[in-house]
Amino acid sequence: MNTLFATLIFLILVNNILLLAAFRLPSLIRLIAFQGICLAALLFCEQHLLLACAVLLIKGLLLPGLLLRTIKRLPINTDLRPRLHQGLGIVAGMTGLIFALWLETRLAIQPGLFPPLLLPAGLTTLFCGLILVVGRSTALAQVMGYLVAENGIFVLGIPLMSANTVWFELALLLDIFVAVFVMGIAINHIVETFESIDVDGFRSLRD
Amino acid sequence: MELFLAALGVLLAAALATAILAIIAAIRPPGASASAWANRLGPSGAAVACLLGLAAVLQGPWDAILAISLPWGLPIGTCTLGLDPLSRLFLLPVFGLGMTCAFSGGLSLRHSLPQEHNLAAHWFFYLLLLLGMALVMSARDTVLFILAWEVMSLAPFFLIDFNDGDSKVRDASWVYLIAAHLGAVALIAFFALFWQVTGTTGLEALQSGEGLRHADPLLRSSLFVLALLGFGAKAGLAPLHVWLPEAHPAAPSHVSALLSGAMINAGLYGMLRSLSLLCAPGDLSAAPEWWGWSLLLLGLATGLMGILKAMAQDNLKRMLAYSSVENMGLMFMGVGVGLVGLSVYNHDMVLLGFVGALIHMLNHAGFKGLLFLCAGEVLHATGTVRMGHLGGLQRSMPLVAWAFALGAASIACLPPLSGFAGEFVLAVSMLQAPALPGLERQIPLFLTLGGLALISGLAAALYAKAYGITFLGQPRSAFSANVHAPKPVTLWPLALPALTCVLGGFCAPWTFSLASWTAAQATPLPQEFLPQRLEVWSRIYESLSMIALWGGILLGVSLILLLLRAALLRGRAVRREPTWGCGFQAGTARIQYTDGAFSEPLARVFAPLMGLRRQSSPISGLFANSACLYLAAPDRLRSGLFTPLFELVLRVCDACKIIQHGKIHLYILYILVTLIALLVWGLGA
Repeated sequence: MNTLFATLIFLILVNNILLLAAFRLPSLIRLIAFQGICLAALLFCEQHLLLACAVLLIKGLLLPGLLLRTIKRLPINTDLRPRLHQGLGIVAGMTGLIFALWLETRLAIQPGLFPPLLLPAGLTTLFCGLILVVGRSTALAQVMGYLVAENGIFVLGIPLMSANTVWFELALLLDIFVAVFVMGIAINHIVETFESIDVDGFRSLRD
Repeated sequence: MELFLAALGVLLAAALATAILAIIAAIRPPGASASAWANRLGPSGAAVACLLGLAAVLQGPWDAILAISLPWGLPIGTCTLGLDPLSRLFLLPVFGLGMTCAFSGGLSLRHSLPQEHNLAAHWFFYLLLLLGMALVMSARDTVLFILAWEVMSLAPFFLIDFNDGDSKVRDASWVYLIAAHLGAVALIAFFALFWQVTGTTGLEALQSGEGLRHADPLLRSSLFVLALLGFGAKAGLAPLHVWLPEAHPAAPSHVSALLSGAMINAGLYGMLRSLSLLCAPGDLSAAPEWWGWSLLLLGLATGLMGILKAMAQDNLKRMLAYSSVENMGLMFMGVGVGLVGLSVYNHDMVLLGFVGALIHMLNHAGFKGLLFLCAGEVLHATGTVRMGHLGGLQRSMPLVAWAFALGAASIACLPPLSGFAGEFVLAVSMLQAPALPGLERQIPLFLTLGGLALISGLAAALYAKAYGITFLGQPRSAFSANVHAPKPVTLWPLALPALTCVLGGFCAPWTFSLASWTAAQATPLPQEFLPQRLEVWSRIYESLSMIALWGGILLGVSLILLLLRAALLRGRAVRREPTWGCGFQAGTARIQYTDGAFSEPLARVFAPLMGLRRQSSPISGLFANSACLYLAAPDRLRSGLFTPLFELVLRVCDACKIIQHGKIHLYILYILVTLIALLVWGLGA
């Protein structure tokens, strides 16, 4: 079981770097789906069977499926158009990993609460999500960045899960809300209004 | 104390009632009767509260120190109110002028249209201002003091903005608001620092001086500078006076009178309070000598600048505002002399300096209130306060003219009237110069005495001009030719300040005693000075009594002569002829002296000091065609110092806007960077 756990964490970390290296929206969505499957497997390792199934359904199938459907329906270019070079994003992600490892040594956490490497993995995922938000210019990529950041928070919460399962279920509901609301409604409106989902168009909204 | 609380309660209740009326008037189209009711309710509430307040102040022995604590919902501070001699002395003008100005305002606003002005709102803010002033003068806790100070500072903004259709009025009220807030910033810093050092917010506990006895001298001095900035901005000390000449002409006259006679005194009150906080009783080394000298110098500069600027004004109310600046300068000179005396151990200077400031404060409230109310009557009757358009009003509105003459004579320090006493005591305090150690102290003090004399002389010239140009001679324009003279019945509110002008002179010994008890209690004078203090007190008391006596005799003789003249002229026809015009045949009103012509000789000497703009095309040749003289004294401090300063602040703020670019991903980057920096900072240490 421990080997599987460590492998999953390694997969999540590699997946994070790949997320930052992705060139096109569909590959990004596939990587997010894979991350969702990894999360479900992590929950499975921790013997949360029901939640694992829910996560697999929502994060592994539903959300990526919705995202793919949106891409097909929108008349947009699927290039990610990074603001900075992809390599720079990867370097930032690596720095995030090192920072997360450093943080683990400094944070005063009850010993035994976190399985080894889970905390850095969660923090790195969070940072990678935020780097995606900051570094990509399409609105869809930003939505995905938020999803990745949310995955990071999810990972951080796994050890606390046995106490407060309700919160996790609420968090999953929030995911669905994000999926329906942001993608289904907001992006359609943005396309109608700005004829593009490049968030640079939002600049005209400032006062 | 119960009476005082009752006064505050009445103020609060009346303010609430007017607030409800104001809201109703704002929702429904206002009717004339509702407006008239508000105009009756406001002044009568203010008058009842002021009478109660006056009774509370004058009831019981003057020296008694009372305090009461009320329930208070805030986590810091207490709601402690108290009355001591200093509070009582400063509450006198607040309640006295508050009542007078309420009556006068009620009479002058009774014909205003309900569609144009929400009178209920006006009276709400008036009552709020009175409440704020009463609380400021009686607060015994720094938190309560700051809250009351804010109420007192904010209410005038709405009062000044009464005629808000005029862009100049709006501009003036904004200038006021900014000045009041900048002063409040310094005060909050002052009290916060105080709280941090001493650990308590109670003024009573702080006044024992224990908290700062061992404090760093640098800390004390920075506290002093903060107090000077905060209270000086309220008092109109140069260069922070710029709001006064803007706000007073813009405000309705009864508001100007209250602001000028009572509210700016709060600056002096705060300064005296904070001095007694900064210097422990008996600890004379607490006050470094430069405090006193800087106050003295600032006061002198303010006085000179104020009177010279006033001299160049064409607008009667703006002139009175500058004159208020000048008088505050005189009061601060008195405080400065007192502080210098404190640090060089000269008890005469301590007592007389502070007492001079206090007496002048009381008298100034009386005559400045009277003058502003008279200016208001002139404005009401003629529609203008530009002196160049007035003239000859003595004949059309004699009562107002006599009241103005009385006020002008008082403020010009003519002996039997009230203005003289304060400046006399101030002059005597500066005459202590030979007793100072060292020539380097004696000469500056003598020079300030010269400055005081110059200011008094200029004040006499100023008020000769103001009275002469406005009320004497012939009407200069249609404004003063077609006067709607006020009915004598509506002038009765002027009686109280007029009475104080006369009584302030004849009862000067009594005022002096009152002020010296107050000063002795409020200043950190050690007990061993008591015999010398009594000796000085009796000396000045006698001089003032003699002045009052001789003044009374002079006045009596003049009255007898006047009665004699009236008796001799009875039954004879008296012809009135135009003044002999030096042989000019076609005399017109335009031949008269104008206000510019009156100031022009002085302007030749003091033009650089006055900041005067002068344009003239003098008469040339034997058969001159036309000549003109134009004098203006724009406030150079405003255009030369404050406007560039605030524009600089604006530019810096605009430059900061580059971080507000509308790029959401960069906003998220800010959050990310902040988060990481905080984590590194918090965990790396």
